[in-house]
Order: sequence, then C-alpha cells, then structure tokens
Amino acid sequence: MQPIVRVEGIHKSFDKTPILKGVSFQIEEGDLVSLIGPSGCGKSTLLRCLNGLEVLDSGRVEICGVAMERKPNVPAGPLADIAHKLRRNVGMVFQTFNLFPHKTLIQNVMLAPMVVKGVARDEAAAMAEKLLKKVGLGEQVDRYPLNLSGGQQQRGAIARALAMAPKVMLYDEPTSALDPIVVDEVLDVMKELDREGMTQIVVTHEMRFARDASDYIVFMDKGEIIEISDEDEIFQNPKDPRTRQFLHRFL
Amino acid sequence: MTRLALIFGLLISSVIPAFAQPAQTTPAGALPQLRYGGALSSGAPYTFRDPGDPNKIIGFEVDIMNTLAERLGYRPVFVNNDWASLIPGLDTGLYDLVINGLEITSAHQAAADFSIPYYITFGQIVIRRGDPPLDNLAALKGKRVGTLQASQMEYVLRAAGNIDVRVYDEEIDVYSDLKLGRLDASVMDFPIAVYYAKPDRALEFTGDPIGRIEYGIALKKGAHPELLANINSALSTMLADGTMHRILDRWALWTQMMAQATGDARSMLAQPIDYDRFVEATEPTTWRGQLERYMRFLPQLGWAAVATVQISVMSMVLAVAFGVVLALCRVYGGVVLDRIAQVYIEAIRGTPLLIQLLFIYYGLPKIGLQLDPYVAGVLALGLNYAAYEAENYRAGLLAIPRHQMEAAIALNMTERQSLRYVVIPQAARIVVPPTTNDFISLLKDSSLVSVISLVELTKTYELLSTTYYDYFGTGLLVGAIYLLLGLPFVRLARWAERHLSRGMTRASS
Ligand SMILES: Nc1ncnc2c1ncn2[C@@H]1O[C@H](COP(=O)(O)OP(=O)(O)O)[C@@H](O)[C@H]1O
Ligand SMILES: [Mg+2]
Repeated sequence: MQPIVRVEGIHKSFDKTPILKGVSFQIEEGDLVSLIGPSGCGKSTLLRCLNGLEVLDSGRVEICGVAMERKPNVPAGPLADIAHKLRRNVGMVFQTFNLFPHKTLIQNVMLAPMVVKGVARDEAAAMAEKLLKKVGLGEQVDRYPLNLSGGQQQRGAIARALAMAPKVMLYDEPTSALDPIVVDEVLDVMKELDREGMTQIVVTHEMRFARDASDYIVFMDKGEIIEISDEDEIFQNPKDPRTRQFLHRFL
Repeated sequence: MTRLALIFGLLISSVIPAFAQPAQTTPAGALPQLRYGGALSSGAPYTFRDPGDPNKIIGFEVDIMNTLAERLGYRPVFVNNDWASLIPGLDTGLYDLVINGLEITSAHQAAADFSIPYYITFGQIVIRRGDPPLDNLAALKGKRVGTLQASQMEYVLRAAGNIDVRVYDEEIDVYSDLKLGRLDASVMDFPIAVYYAKPDRALEFTGDPIGRIEYGIALKKGAHPELLANINSALSTMLADGTMHRILDRWALWTQMMAQATGDARSMLAQPIDYDRFVEATEPTTWRGQLERYMRFLPQLGWAAVATVQISVMSMVLAVAFGVVLALCRVYGGVVLDRIAQVYIEAIRGTPLLIQLLFIYYGLPKIGLQLDPYVAGVLALGLNYAAYEAENYRAGLLAIPRHQMEAAIALNMTERQSLRYVVIPQAARIVVPPTTNDFISLLKDSSLVSVISLVELTKTYELLSTTYYDYFGTGLLVGAIYLLLGLPFVRLARWAERHLSRGMTRASS
C-alpha cells in the first residue's frame, strides 16, 4: 500500500537553533500513530510542519499526494499555496481546543465548510449536527464554548475538524489540558475514528492510550526520531537507551 | 451582526440625502448669481441673523449688496464663513466677493483686490458710564483697552505704544469685560459701538474719532478685473445719488465723516428703522420674553443639531472604516504596510485637528484639489479620528490569542477569511466601548468645522448668543442639546456590546 503521509528530511530551526534535524517517516492509511518524547523535543513543531502552520526550512512533506517540498535556502513564498492545498486533507486538534468563543458549538462546526467550501447553511447545519451527535454532544449544539467542560470542548474541536472531511487528523496533546476524569471521553472518540479507518497522528503523554490504541509509536528526542516501533515492543523491549530512559518514568 | 449592519445602513442612508447641496441651477431667463461671503458671527450691523426672526439674514451690507447686485444684473446669494477665513474663501471659490467690514489696508490689499470704500468710519472710544472721559489715543496710555483681534484698530492701538491692548474675537465680550471692570475702555469700529454699546445704559461714548477706517469689497486677487470695475462704478453712483446715504440712515450709520467724504451735506434721508428694530429686539426682556426667545431659537438649533449629527456620523463611519484598515495594516500587513500606517498615525496624532482641517480645505486647493466644505469637514474629522480608532482596533486585534487564527488556518481558511470570521468579530466586542467614547468626542470636535464655513451647533450658539448678548441661557440650551445628541449613541453602543458579546461570558446561554 502507498503511504498516505510521507515525511523526508525535515529541518526546522527557530532563531538559528535547530529544532528538527532531518526527520523522516511514513504512515499508511488507517494507522493511528502516537508521537512521544520528552517535552521540548520538537513534537509540536513537527506536527505544525505537517500542515504548514510552521514553514519548514528544508525537506519534503507529502500527504494524500500533495507534496510540499523546500530545498535549503530557497524562499518560502510558493509554499503558502501548496500548504493551503495540503491542508484540505488534514485536520488538526490543539491542546487548548481553540474553539471560537463568539460562536455556538454548531456554528463552530459549520463555519469552515461554509466559508471554505461554500457549503449551504442547511447542509452545513445537518452535517454539523450529525458530527456533534457522533462525538456525544447532540444536546449541546447551541451552547457557547465557554459554557462547556474541557472534555466537551475538545470533542467539539474534533467534530469541527472532521467537518472538513480530512483524510488525516493531527492531535497535539489533545488531553493534556483536561481533568483526568474526562480524558477517556476524548480518547474514546479517537479510538472510534481509528475503527472507522481514519489516519491519525497523536502527540501524547498518555502512555496507556499509546500502548493500547496505536498501531505503532514514534519516539522523538532532541529533534530526531530515535525509534519507530510496534507498540508492545517499545514498551517491553526498547532498543535505544534514550527510549528506555524516557519510558522508565511511565512504567 | 446583520441587524446591526442594517441599522447602520439605515442611519447612513438617512443622512446622505441631507448632504446634497441645494441645486444651483439657473432657470432660463433668471439672473446669474453673485455669491458674497460674510461672517454671520461678525454681528450687527454688518451681516447677521435678524434677532426678531432668526431665519432672516439682514444688515447694512446685505442692503448694499442687494442694491449693488440689482444694478449690475445679478442675483445676490449670501455665503457664510468664519471671519478669519473670509479672504482664503475667495481663493477656494466659495464665493465671488467678500463684503464684511474688511478694512482696505496694505496687508489686506496684498491678499485680495479691493473696491473703492463703500463705508468710511473710525474707532469709537467707549467707557463705563460715569467714568472720567478719555479724549483721544494719548488719554488711553497705561490703560487696559479692549478691541477686536486682527482689526485695524488693534494695529492703531498697538502703534500708539504704552497701551495695554487686550484683543477679543467677539465685540460683545469686549463690552461685557468693560462692564465687569476687566477693561478700562474699548476702541472699536463706530458701527459696532452704535449697536452694542450705545443701547447699553452702563456704557457711554467718549472722545474724538480715532483713525480712519475704510471698508471695501474684496475680490480674489487678479481674477475679476471687469467685475471689480463694474462694482466700483456702481458704488460711486450709490454714494453720489443718495442711495448709500439712505441705507446708512436706516441703520443709523451716517456720520459727519461720511458727509465729508461724499460731499453730501444733506441731513437725514431716512428714519433709523433698522436700528430701532434691532434695539427693540435685543433689549433685555422678562423671563417670559426670554423663554419665548428661546422657543424661537429651537428650529434653528434643531437644524444645527442635524448638521452636527450628520457631520459626526459621516466622519465616524469614515474613521471606523479607515481605522480598521490601518489597524489591519499594522497587525497583519507585513513590514512595509505596518510602517506606512505607523507614520500616518503618528503624523495625524502629532498635529492639531484644526490645522488638518484648515489644510484640507484651504491648503489643498493650492495643488488643485478643491473640496466642498462638507466633504472637507468630514474628511478632516474622519481621517483624524481614524488614527485614534486604528490604535484602538490594533489593541483589540492583539487581544485575540494567536491560537484563534491558527485554528482557523488549520481549518483551511485563508488568512483573510480567518480575520473576517474569527478574529475581527471577537475584536469588535472589545472595541465598542472606546469607539463610543470617541464618537462622543467627535460630536464635540465637529464644532471645529465652523472655521470652514459650516454652521453647526456650536457656531449657532455663537451666533445666537452674540446676537442677544446671552451666553448663559443659550449656553445651557446648547449644552443640553449636545448631551441629548450623545445619549442615543451611548444606548446603541450598549446594545451592540451586549449583542456582540453573546457567549463571551459564562452562563449566558
Ligand atoms: N515559535 C517558536 N519560536 C521560537 N522557538 C520555538 C517556537 N516554537 C517552539 N520553539 C522551541 O522549539 C523547541 C521545541 O518545541 P515544541 O515543538 O513545542 O516541543 P514539544 O512539543 O516536543 O514540547 C522548544 O525549545 C521551543 O522553545
Ligand atoms: Mg508540544
């Protein structure tokens, strides 16, 4: 099978400090991949490079056949258009949910389809309602984000991303800002999506989830991928000492 | 949002028609116009609102113009302007000539062409009744003497040396300070003294005539030699055939000096009916009379209030629209646009609004851009307030977390769409209160447009209070009108704020 996500030699620096030092990996359609690693190692930056929120310095990202490539020291100008095209297939969920506070839940979900794709209001509303029901928010559609719990907001954010019918979903620590008791309701939505065949990349500190739900795990440290392993293997028999040291805390 | 937009739209569309200038078409067979400029604020007896009927503009200069225009085959049309701007108004083409007590001095002649004098007069010393008489300029040495700013008399008093000269914008302020003991004497043009000091029991005339003042009709320098020649010959005729004598008699302005200058030794040719009417209409009255007078002001103040609101609303619309553009340039425009917007904002905020207004109206014609006073006023106020609005809106935009923009971009919106649907609506809520405050300020600052010939509320206050010698009651009335004008906008803003902030506070669902 053709990989749906193909990343080759991504480099990214902030203020001359290299953050990503040549990251490469591939993901097949339908896989759920957990991206783990110590804080500050560049996980968020990598995720943001995948959908062009961060402009890469050099390297190549290809998602669903749309390739964004940059040679070293070439202006980033033309990348903006390609990034926009690439994002058509990519949804993203943030640690802090980032729902639009001036819109109700259903308006949050309807906005992008109407604005970006020109979907009619009725159609967008019907789809939004369906998606919100699916993430368990059928009763809350007319609430404003501020009147929802963190777990509800994050599920709403997932529904909002799904409304654009992405092929790949990116999650940046989707449960880190949540009360422990509501973490599972968000993870359950992701598991459900996995069953439906969605390709998902999840930056997470939930090792239990990484172990139980992922198809495989990517371990990063200091801007490099150290190990890509089967989920059981990495926990039972990590190859690299750095992986071992990192996982030690969770075992 | 849409409802708000609709209300705003209605507000604007209801205001626009009122801006249309009266059509100045000349029906076939009708006489061509002769537009003459003057300052209603210059007061009696020159060109002023009839205290008995504020809808009418009267004065001895109005009478002269009517006769003059008739003899030259024109239809006279009066155009009001600020006194200090009368000559610049010639250059901008606001009117064809100025007749408003402009003295024929070398300084004035450098700026405009002048006709032969239509009236020759002098400075009249006025003191408090009962004070020791003062005979001449020499007797004024060491005394506090009030006169009008930039008048020929100011020059004469200063040239005499050792006189403590105090200058004013309004003649009635000179006399009221004289009565209050803030001045020892005043010297102003004889016609002013006749109308504002002579009827007053607390004041009296004293001494010899001071200097010689010649009033002439001013035309744009070098522009209308033929018209000037025609005016001169018509004026000569009027002076010779007694027409001028009759007009001046009606206004109680014929003097020994005029008799000598014209060689017309005849005594009174007409009763001073216009003078008597003025004195009667402006006499201090009872409370009831005063109230009736205020009632008579109301229509005039009403129209002035409409003008104030029109100018303010149009200016604010411009300020908000352009302010948003500037703020977007500053926050999202990249280095170049940010820089340009910053320079604009600093330049506007660093210079007085009055200068911007004068520059746009009187300065731009120099480079071929001649604007209608309304347009110039709205432009100046709008462009000025835009700079302040821009900084408001910039703060509003910056108050919206970056994450909001990123979330929108991640949903495949463009930057423009993200701004329009996500960032700006949230920022709008934050900036409603400061914008409302600015509108209230603008409502007040709109009074500045009186310097470019627009008559609004403050100008009307000035006109009414100088006509009736009553800053107090008229001031309370006009102050109340300003307060009332601001109220609906404060209400509208509160409503808008509530409307926009739905969902932005907890437990409002
Ligand atoms: N916009 C930025 N500007 C400068 N430095 C940044 C920026 N974003 C991230 N960094 C730095 O890059 C490093 C990696 O950050 P990040 O990708 O957020 O790590 P992680 O998500 O793995 O915790 C950190 O040292 C962080 O301070
Ligand atoms: Mg992170």
